[in-house]
Amino acid sequence: MTQKNRLAEGGRIDRAKPVSFRFDGASYSGFEGDTLASALLANNVHLVSRSFKYHRPRGILTAGAEEPNALVQLRQGARTEPNMRAPQIELFGGLVAESQNRWPSLEFDIGAINNRLSRLIPSGFYYKTFMWPASLWMTYERVIRNAAGLGRGPTEPDPDRYDHRNAWCDVLVAGAGPAGLMAALAAGRSGARVIVADEQSEMGGSLLSDTGEIDGKPPAEWVADALAELAAMPEVTVLPRTTVAGYYDHNFLTMLERVADHLPQPPQNTPRERFWQVRAKQVVLATGAIERPLTFIDNDRPGVMLAGAVRSYANRYAVLPGRKVVVFTNNDSAYHTAIDLAGAGAHVAIVDLRKAPRGAVIDAARAAGIEILDNHAITAVHGAKRVTGISVRNLDESGRGVTGPTRSMACDLVAMSGGWNPTVHLFSQSRGKLRFDDALAAFVPDKSFAAERSVGACKGSMQLAECLKDGALAGAAAARDAGFEAKKVPAIPKVASGTEGAMLPVWVVPSGQKLGRGGKHFIDFQNDVTAADLHLAHREGYVSVEHLKRYTTTGMGTDQGKTSNVTALAILAELQQAPIPAVGTTTFRPPYTPVTFGAIAGRNIGPFMDPARLTAMHDWHVAHGAKFEDVGQWKRPWYYPKGNESMHDAVNREVLATRSSVGMLDASTLGKIDIQGPDSARFLDMIYTNAWSKLPVGACRYGLMLREDGMVFDDGVTTRIAENRFLMTTTTGGAARVLGWLEEWLQTEWPEMKVYCTSVTEQWATIAINGPYARHVLGALTDDDKLGPKDFPFMTMREMTVAGAPARVYRISFTGELAFEVNVPRRHGHAVWEAVWQAGQKFGITPYGTETMHVLRAEKGFIIVGQDTDGTVTPMDLGLDWIVARKKGDFIGRRSFARPDTSREDRKQLVGLLTEDPHAVLTEGAQIVQETRPRPPMKMIGYVTSAYHSPVAGRSIALALVARGRDRIGDTLWVPRLDGGQPIKVTVTEPVFYDKEGVRARG
Amino acid sequence: MFLIDCPWCGPRQQTEFHCQGEAHIARPKDPDALSDEEWANYVFNRTNPKGVHFERWVHNHGCRRWFNVARDTVTDRILAIYRMGEKRPKVKS
Repeated sequence: MTQKNRLAEGGRIDRAKPVSFRFDGASYSGFEGDTLASALLANNVHLVSRSFKYHRPRGILTAGAEEPNALVQLRQGARTEPNMRAPQIELFGGLVAESQNRWPSLEFDIGAINNRLSRLIPSGFYYKTFMWPASLWMTYERVIRNAAGLGRGPTEPDPDRYDHRNAWCDVLVAGAGPAGLMAALAAGRSGARVIVADEQSEMGGSLLSDTGEIDGKPPAEWVADALAELAAMPEVTVLPRTTVAGYYDHNFLTMLERVADHLPQPPQNTPRERFWQVRAKQVVLATGAIERPLTFIDNDRPGVMLAGAVRSYANRYAVLPGRKVVVFTNNDSAYHTAIDLAGAGAHVAIVDLRKAPRGAVIDAARAAGIEILDNHAITAVHGAKRVTGISVRNLDESGRGVTGPTRSMACDLVAMSGGWNPTVHLFSQSRGKLRFDDALAAFVPDKSFAAERSVGACKGSMQLAECLKDGALAGAAAARDAGFEAKKVPAIPKVASGTEGAMLPVWVVPSGQKLGRGGKHFIDFQNDVTAADLHLAHREGYVSVEHLKRYTTTGMGTDQGKTSNVTALAILAELQQAPIPAVGTTTFRPPYTPVTFGAIAGRNIGPFMDPARLTAMHDWHVAHGAKFEDVGQWKRPWYYPKGNESMHDAVNREVLATRSSVGMLDASTLGKIDIQGPDSARFLDMIYTNAWSKLPVGACRYGLMLREDGMVFDDGVTTRIAENRFLMTTTTGGAARVLGWLEEWLQTEWPEMKVYCTSVTEQWATIAINGPYARHVLGALTDDDKLGPKDFPFMTMREMTVAGAPARVYRISFTGELAFEVNVPRRHGHAVWEAVWQAGQKFGITPYGTETMHVLRAEKGFIIVGQDTDGTVTPMDLGLDWIVARKKGDFIGRRSFARPDTSREDRKQLVGLLTEDPHAVLTEGAQIVQETRPRPPMKMIGYVTSAYHSPVAGRSIALALVARGRDRIGDTLWVPRLDGGQPIKVTVTEPVFYDKEGVRARG
Repeated sequence: MFLIDCPWCGPRQQTEFHCQGEAHIARPKDPDALSDEEWANYVFNRTNPKGVHFERWVHNHGCRRWFNVARDTVTDRILAIYRMGEKRPKVKS
């Protein structure tokens, strides 16, 4: 329990509650209130990772979401998670974390050889080296990824639950620092419904690390009072540990709430994370600012940290990450760090790139006994796994080089500040326009696009007084715009006003050596991109910032370049001798920080990912050993194997039984639409290619639906139930689409038609009884004795009682056999199915599934829309001219038959194919050629749409779409094989293989 | 994700709706009287404006009614919502 860097007092950690944890196998101790980063620093652990490309030793750079270095593998087993940012991991008892990207250990990493070889692996090295032959790229990529890689994903299923929450509010405040809290207070006091979210465990933002006074109170006390006031407001929701991750159209925002990530595991009945989807009338962005590193030589050594982060660790976590500190800066903000560290007992010196800086904070630093080396630059960093010292030299007249003698200073910590970048990520996601602010040398919000206001540091207000004022005014204005009365000028807390001296942008700090020699100036720490890499890319002609980004991989790590993008842009601008805004910005895309897939999926996993639709007879199918097939969301019996029967044998048996005796199919999934109203027949005349007005009541008719381009869109049998009532059936997969199609025409084109469409698919259970004994089976279940072909002819419907249930029985056939499709209300489905099964026993009735259904219909040449058609097939292509009523007048798609394309003579037409080898079943989708060649290309003239082994034909059969197919009947064609085997020889035939005259179905 | 003010149901999330392409394309009264080019313009050819676009939406996971929307394709702002059969409103992007 050493915690040698822990201060004796202060900070927001609870010294009464020690917490033990493990990092890379070693045990450490921290306190409640620590993060993993602060606890490691308290134990003087700086080396926490190896860099991505060069395997350089790396330490903790930041105290927040922008951390590029300290990425760890958190937890073990099913809950392990890679690339977790140590400064954002709240410490809990028993926490286990491992460093990443090192082997065999962090201290001794073989991959560090890459650093020695770095001159040989410049930007674009992989693209340049592994470009040939292209076919090997996949192999190279695997090897490269293994060598580079960050953490590992879990291999076990996620044991935790995740929730979704939808919400709306008048004002959403993103960020609860001084500006955000003020905005929430001002909006909340008006009575508006406010959500205020902050990514940290504690709200207050920079105030938690600040000294000084607000309204005469210490900042943390002011925060506590503000939170108490917000908590008492019934319309205000305060969400800590909640990152506003995405900002989308019409003020739709997503947030990730980490409900239980700070605990060893979620308590019972608690989700691990909650994904919020919020619609906000007004948004206030108070997301703060992210400090920029200075780009000096070897600025990546462990012990080189951002100055603001060092101040947070000292003030908020009571951790002094070093005792002998050099603060390296180009602006005033780092002086506060220097003063606070000196006050905490560290020896501090300041190296300032500016010449003779002046102002109150500089005087205060001097008064605290801090040595200030102005107009100086760090020209060397000593130490590899931890900084041991630095060298400094004077800047020359131009400020772009160094001059004079070198002075070495021993130190164990460098706190650097290159200025601050407003966190404009959400603002940019909301399509706001940025402007480059010369005083801050950073991009700031310019014009809002959404109903949004940026306040505080994310707007470029770097003084506390401004932040509080921004927040108060924006919170009140947002509430007013959302329709609430708010005070025009809310009370703004009083703070000591300070002025800040100008900062001096220095984008690459000179080292006295040629860039890239003697050390590396890192820009993107996570992806190991250096200033020399950007120079190389520039020399190679990369002009566009988007290209430069991808070529050098700047900003493409999991941190998305939060600490690096603006610096990279500035260096590119210098090289192009162009102003920074002229070079452009990269796009900020959601999410701000990574969101887990678990949270996005929520409860919609496993059986809830997609609902399964089950028929009334489903349990029977399960009990009788059916194998199932997914058809849309439906579970349909595929085949019913007996014992160890193969699919091939089961299907053969089912087909032969149906053709020779009787089979039964659950056809409930077929789409059914009830169409009523006086204009129904007229409507169907427009929707279908054939005529419906004269169809007698009780008669059924097959219909084809076309789109306006003349292509087949759906098919099915429709029955006239009454003068003004039809029952339309559709394909199983097309049911919803067809209903939408009917509604579209009725609502948009023919609103005067009195027609009403209702989906009744789920209301009916359908049992198709097929085969020579079908009439016998049905006869055993009904008192209706008029089932003969004269009384109940083919293509008619009769209402009767079947097995005690009211039924509509259709004499329609999708097998070519004598068939009755018995439709009963769904609640009777299971019982009637069971009765059919029992009544059929003496005929050996055989239940069959979709595979047998396909074979039976293919033997008859009946098409399946979507299998034998693909949206480019006309009725004529299918040989279904007989179903197109050219004389009845207009219908949808008719005019398109005269289009040049549909009247082409070389269109693909539906034909049958018989293989020379009767056992060779073609592959569906296989291409067809007239002449084979040893290898592609070959002229493809069509493709196989359906192919099966036909038990009744005793051979393979196939349907195909072939150019000028009908002219080729009798011709020999070839089907090349993907596996390189001999092409299969086929003969073109009529697309009917069984009972060509169609007598069996009419019997 | 847009917020769409369905004329029958009020404001709802975009996921409840489907966009169904350009509005105000009437089916020709006598298709046979049209040249191939005129028919192709009706069936296939659509405007693709940068700016105000009049388009059809259907509340298919709600009331299943079709209606028209004027949307700025640059900003994705919805400028007007009106019922089928109503005239194209005058809107500015």
